[in-house]
Amino acid sequence: MIFLLWGAFTGSRLVPLHVPGPFAGETSFTYQSESEGGQLSDGRVRIAVGPDGALPAGAETSEDVAVAVQSGRNKLIQLPDDARAVSVNGTGIAPGGAVPVEDGTVSMTAKGTLSFAAERGLQMEPIWLPSPEAVVGRFIEVMANGYQNHSLWEHIGASLLRVLAGFSLGALVGIPLGYAMGLSGWFRGWFDPIVEFMRPVPPLALIPLVIIWFGIWETGKVVLLFLAALWVMAIAARAGVSGVRISKIHAAYSLGASKWQILRHVIVPNSLPEIFTGARVAMGVCWGTVVAAELVAAQMGAGMMIIAAAKFQLTDIVMMGIILIGLIGFGIDMLMRQAESRLVPWKGRG
Amino acid sequence: MPGLTLNNISMRFDLPNGSHVQALQDVSLHLAKGELLSVLGPSGCGKTTLLNIVAGFLAPTSGEITLNGHAVRGPDAERGMVFQEGALFEWMNVRDNVSFGPRMAGRRKSDYLPEVDRLLEIVGLKDFRDKAIYELSGGMQQRVALARCLANDPDVILMDEPLGALDALTREKMQALVLKLWKETGKTVMLITHSVEEALLLGERLIVMAPRPGRIHKEYRLPFAELGAGMDLREVKKHPDFGTTREEILSMIWNMEEEIMGHMEPAS
Ligand SMILES: Nc1ncnc2c1ncn2[C@@H]1O[C@H](COP(=O)(O)OP(=O)(O)O)[C@@H](O)[C@H]1O
Ligand SMILES: [Mg+2]
Repeated sequence: MIFLLWGAFTGSRLVPLHVPGPFAGETSFTYQSESEGGQLSDGRVRIAVGPDGALPAGAETSEDVAVAVQSGRNKLIQLPDDARAVSVNGTGIAPGGAVPVEDGTVSMTAKGTLSFAAERGLQMEPIWLPSPEAVVGRFIEVMANGYQNHSLWEHIGASLLRVLAGFSLGALVGIPLGYAMGLSGWFRGWFDPIVEFMRPVPPLALIPLVIIWFGIWETGKVVLLFLAALWVMAIAARAGVSGVRISKIHAAYSLGASKWQILRHVIVPNSLPEIFTGARVAMGVCWGTVVAAELVAAQMGAGMMIIAAAKFQLTDIVMMGIILIGLIGFGIDMLMRQAESRLVPWKGRG
Repeated sequence: MPGLTLNNISMRFDLPNGSHVQALQDVSLHLAKGELLSVLGPSGCGKTTLLNIVAGFLAPTSGEITLNGHAVRGPDAERGMVFQEGALFEWMNVRDNVSFGPRMAGRRKSDYLPEVDRLLEIVGLKDFRDKAIYELSGGMQQRVALARCLANDPDVILMDEPLGALDALTREKMQALVLKLWKETGKTVMLITHSVEEALLLGERLIVMAPRPGRIHKEYRLPFAELGAGMDLREVKKHPDFGTTREEILSMIWNMEEEIMGHMEPAS
């Protein structure tokens, strides 16, 4: 659906229906002009609208003017003998005024010069929104040649590696912290306020502080992602522990299990579904955060790629990057779901 | 003295708002080894609290419990527990659930597996031993819970409404199974139930508890469990004494609940 709209508004060859595009081809309008001496004369302007700036066929005569206009641009029209136009297609025109003509609009500048702009239609110009095939073409090109000194895979790999490092560290610290909070009132007392306060702080809001403390490069990014994952994982692990049914603990005790055995064989496995839910959320947050962090500063990465392309108005690379980022985010979530249904198949069925 | 003895057990819960609930007041009981005691009473009369104290999950405010002469302190494998639902370990298959106790005790596989498989056969789950818990019906899950408890060979089995979540037909079948297991293993059992019929069918003895404060109101000695070992439980229910005892207990509990309602302020 979105793709069809996208194609329709960019004149894509991949979709059958388009909204009206910019005019291309030849058109003309007539004018009446007044020379400095007050003499009126009629004439005609023939216009070729196209990408290459070729003049329309046929020779210019004393009252016939030929001009070439690029699609989507304006073109000033110099009338013969510096005459001033007074009407266009029989309609009077004054400085600042405009007359709609076939396939475009003729307007008069403040100084009295005519200007023609071809019909733009409803389609977007590539600089705003490139067509799907342009994006695909760019994708193939960037895949082959890379962008900004790095291959596409290096960019994406760099982002994924940061996410993996930050998430792993966050889980490594967050899960034990969550367990400790779930099991010990002392830990809960100390860390609950911190966790509850840090949880709603968007990781992006930490960027300035992280830059000050850890610098702008890899360390800073990994620390940021670590923080993004840490609170989510701690809260998930805590919820997993306190969510255990008391009857399970009681049953294990009266089957002769020790405290440690209950922790290892009951509390930890019982918390896994919650931890997986947390991990999915944390991965999503990390992926979003890494892209944003790369927008701020990076030498490679998916976010760096699109912000660099945006500076050069390479909208097709920006589009390609956004689509890739979306697809990878989706892919990460799918992988996490798969791992979940394989590793904790009892989730939601207790 | 062999068996389970409760000596003047009282339990008082202090509530956060400063008031308190006297959940149990001077409850004294003795269960001989191998006896099956049913416990009935209106809800809120302290049945679960009493069972939790015997299991060792709660320490009584006063009173003492002894099992075969030694004082009971904290939960222990000698006192097994069967809950109404949700106490199985979903991350283990049926067999691992049943073998949980022996495994935690560090016993060798060759030592406990034959017994685990024998129990699975008795409860009718031999072909389900590799299945996940969530693949089983409610009735099958309770069979696993029974087998898991028995695999640990406890002296006393405590059951808190173990069949309460099952549909009527499954429940009848499970009652027969509980009776059969009790007869075969000779365990001392304390069974809490909401169903007067179940209490009559399964209990050699039956106590009816009264609320506010929770205490033993009346005690019965029953012949039906003995009868049920040799005949269909439906036949037992036709016994003339069965109906009269059931009616007597039902109206007793009915009156208690009426009284509880009377205590409450009318909503205005
Ligand atoms: N942990 C607790 N804290 C406070 N009050 C409790 C607690 N456990 C039980 N009670 C109260 O003790 C009484 C007996 O409860 P319970 O043993 O669950 O009754 P039953 O199992 O017979 O329905 C009830 O009034 C209940 O509200
Ligand atoms: Mg209860």
